[in-house]
Amino acid sequence: MSGLGLADVLAGLMVAALTMYVLLGGADFGGGLWDLLASGPRKAAQRELVADAIGPIWEANHVWLILVVVMLFSCFPPAFARFSTLLHIPLVIMLVGIVLRGSAFTFRTYDSQRDDVQIRWGRTFAIASTLTPVMLGVCVGATISGDLGAVRIDASAYDIYVAPWCTPFAFAVGALTLALFAFLAAVYLTVEALDDGLREDFRTRALGAGGAVGVLAFLVLVLARSSAPFLWTRLASEQWALAIHGVTALAALTAFWALITRRWRTARFAAALQATCVVWGWAWAQFPYLLPPGITIADAAAPEATLRLVLIGLSVGFVVLVPSFWYLFRVFKRQPGPLPE
Amino acid sequence: MPDLFAARAQMATSLAFHIIFACIGIAMPVLMVIAEWRWMRTGDPIQLALAKRWSKGTAILFAVGAVSGTVLSFELGLLWPGFMEFAGAIIGMPFSLEGFAFFTEAIFLGIYLYGWNRISKGAHLFSGVLVAVSGVASGAFVVIANAWMNAPVGFELLAGRPINIDPIAAMMTPAAIPEALHMTIAAFVATGFAVAGIHAWFVLKEPENPFHRRALPIALWIAIPAGLLQPFSGHMSAEFVARNQPAKLAAMEALFTTQRGAPLRIGGWPDPETRTVSLGVEIPRGLSFLAFEDVNAEVAGLDRVPRADWPNVRVVHVAFQIMVGLGSYLALVALWALVLRLRGRAVHTSKWLLRALVLGSPMGFIAVEAGWTVTEVGRQPWIVNGMVRTAQAVTPMPGLVIPFAVFTLLYCFLGVVVAVLLWRQIVRTSPMGEFMATSEFRVLPLDGRPSGSAAAVRPSRRSRAFEGLGE
Repeated sequence: MSGLGLADVLAGLMVAALTMYVLLGGADFGGGLWDLLASGPRKAAQRELVADAIGPIWEANHVWLILVVVMLFSCFPPAFARFSTLLHIPLVIMLVGIVLRGSAFTFRTYDSQRDDVQIRWGRTFAIASTLTPVMLGVCVGATISGDLGAVRIDASAYDIYVAPWCTPFAFAVGALTLALFAFLAAVYLTVEALDDGLREDFRTRALGAGGAVGVLAFLVLVLARSSAPFLWTRLASEQWALAIHGVTALAALTAFWALITRRWRTARFAAALQATCVVWGWAWAQFPYLLPPGITIADAAAPEATLRLVLIGLSVGFVVLVPSFWYLFRVFKRQPGPLPE
Repeated sequence: MPDLFAARAQMATSLAFHIIFACIGIAMPVLMVIAEWRWMRTGDPIQLALAKRWSKGTAILFAVGAVSGTVLSFELGLLWPGFMEFAGAIIGMPFSLEGFAFFTEAIFLGIYLYGWNRISKGAHLFSGVLVAVSGVASGAFVVIANAWMNAPVGFELLAGRPINIDPIAAMMTPAAIPEALHMTIAAFVATGFAVAGIHAWFVLKEPENPFHRRALPIALWIAIPAGLLQPFSGHMSAEFVARNQPAKLAAMEALFTTQRGAPLRIGGWPDPETRTVSLGVEIPRGLSFLAFEDVNAEVAGLDRVPRADWPNVRVVHVAFQIMVGLGSYLALVALWALVLRLRGRAVHTSKWLLRALVLGSPMGFIAVEAGWTVTEVGRQPWIVNGMVRTAQAVTPMPGLVIPFAVFTLLYCFLGVVVAVLLWRQIVRTSPMGEFMATSEFRVLPLDGRPSGSAAAVRPSRRSRAFEGLGE
C-alpha cells in the first residue's frame, strides 16, 4: 500500500459514486419495500408519501448506478469483464428488477383509471424494489467473499456461474443491503412526512429496519468467519477496520437516539453517515483488490491516458452535475408536499 | 439455439426495444418546449394543454427508455465481456460523457414533469430546454461509441491487444459525425412524423377540435426539416461506408462482383449462393455515382471479402431498401407539407396530406429499426470492424437462450403495456381534461409555493374528476 496511484483515485471515485447510489437510489428502493409493507390506518397515505418522495428524483438517482458501471468498464475493463461474466445470473435478475421497478412505478403514476390496475402496478413496483437490492447485495457479497476472484476457469459450469454467489454469506449481504436501504428510506420519510401520524409510522419502521441492519450486520460477520476468510482477516485484525466499525456504530447509535427523541434531521444525517461508513468499510476491507483475492486495482487498471481523461471528464461532469442535483433537491425536498401531475 | 446466436438475438432485441424510447426521449422534449414557449408567448391555453399532454407521454416513455438503457449498459459485459475487455479503455470516454448528459436529462426531466407549480415559468421552460439539449447529447455520445466499432481508431494493435490508447482520437473516429448526425436526425424524423400522424388522424376525425389542429404544425416544425435533411445525411453516411466498410456497402447494395460503373439496385432479393439478385430495378452506374460522385468509379463487391466473412446479405440489403424507401416517402411528404405552407395554406386543410401523414406515422420508427439493422448486421462477423470477431467477444456462459427468452418476454410485455397505456391515457382521453387543469394551473401562484386546496388534490383524483367533464 505504498502511495496512491491514479487508478486508486478512480477506484475511490467509483466507491464515492456507489455511495451516492446507496444514499439516494438505495432509499428509493427502500421506499418500494415500505409500499409493499404498508399497513395500519394510514396505509394509503404511506404509499402516497413514498410515491411523492421518489417520483421526481428516482430517475436521476438511478443514473449513479450507470456511472459506476461506466467507470468500472472504462477504468478497469478486465475486472468488469470477469465480474459480469461470473455474476451473469444475479445481474440478470437484478436488471429484471430494475426494469420492472421503474416501469411499474411510472405506469402506476400515469395509469389512474382503475384501482385494480393501480394495485397490480403498485405490487409489481414494490416486489421489484425488494428483489433488486437483494441481488445487488448478493453480487457485492460474492465479490468480497473472495469466491468470485478465486473461480478457476476450468471448473464446471455450476462452480463458475452459480457457486460463487449462491452462498448463505452472499444472501446475508443481500438481506443487509435491503435492510440498509429500507432503513434509509424510513428515516428520510420521517423528515418528509406532512403529518405526525405518518411521521410516527415511519419512525417505527425506521427503528425496526435499523434493528434489522444491526442483526444482519452481525450475521454477515459471523458467516464471514467461515465463508469469507479474506474479509474476516481484514475486518478482525486491522487497526483501521476497528476505527471504521467504531464510527459506524457511533452513527448507528446516534440515529437510534435521534429517532427515539424525534430529532428527525439529526437522524437523517446519522443514518446517511452510517450507510456511508458501511460502503467505505467494505471498500477499505478489500483494498487494494478489485476482485479479491486475485485481481488488484493496479492489475485491472486501464492505461494511464484513459484514466487521466476519465478523471478530467468526471471533474467537468461534476461541475455540471452538482449544481443540477442541488437544484433538483432544493425544488422538491425543501418544501415537502403533494406534487402536481 | 447456439449461444452466440442467442447473445446476438438478445442484444438485437434490447437495442431494437431501447432505440424507440431513446428516439422519443431525444425529440419529444423539443415538442413540449415549443408548445410551452408558444403558450408563454400567446397565453393560448391549448398550447399549455399540448405541452402537458406531450410531457405525460414523454414521462412514460422516458422511464422505460431509462431502465432499458441500464440493461444495455450491463449487457455490454453480460454478453460481450471479450469486447469490453478489449474496448472498455478506448471507448469509455463517450460512455462517461453520456453518463453525465443522461444525468442532466433525468434531473431536469424530473424538474419539468413535477415542477409545474414549484418554479417560475421561465425556469420551467429552461428545464425543458436542458432536457432537450442533453437528450440530443446523450444520444450522440452513445452513437459515437458505436461509430468507433465501425471505424476503430485511437490505438495500435500488438499481438491482438490494443496499446498506445488515445481515447480522444478514438472519439474522433471518422464515423462519428456521419453516424451521430444520421441517428439524431432519424430520432426527429421518427418522432416528428409519428406525432404528426397521430394528430393528423384526429384532425380527420374531429375537424373542429382546435387541440389537434394546433398540435399538427408543431410536430411538423421538426418533422419537415428533419425529413428533408435526412436524405443528405444518409448520403453522407453511405459515402463514409463506401470508403471505410466496403463489405457493408456491398451487402447493402447486394453487389456481389467488384465493378466499374456499378448500378444502383432498388429492391430485389439477393441469393448469396448463386451470387445473383432476382427482381428489383437497376439504375445504370447509379451506385458508382452516389458512392464516389463518379459514374465510372470502381465499387468493391462481396467477391473482395472471403465468403466466411460476409455479413448476411439478404438481411442487410432488404433492411437498407426498407430504410431508404420509407425515408424517401417521408421526405416527399415533408416537401409536400412545406410547399403547402409556403403557398400560405394551413396543413390541416388538405385532406390528402393528412392521410399521407397518417400513413407515414409508423414509418420513421420502422426506418430507424431497419437502419440500425443495416449498421449492426452489416458489420458482422466483426464486433470491432476488422479486429475483433463477434464470436471472440461473446461470454463463455452457457444457456444464453434463457436470458434471451427472459428479456424478450419482458420487453414484449412492456411494449404492449406502454401501447395500451398511451392509448388509454393520452390518445383516447379527451384533451378537455387538460383544459380544465389549465385553468386551474393559472390560478396557482407561480412563485413555487403550492397553496390552497387546488394544489392539495392528488393528481389521480383530479384527472378522474375532470374526465367526466371532458367527454
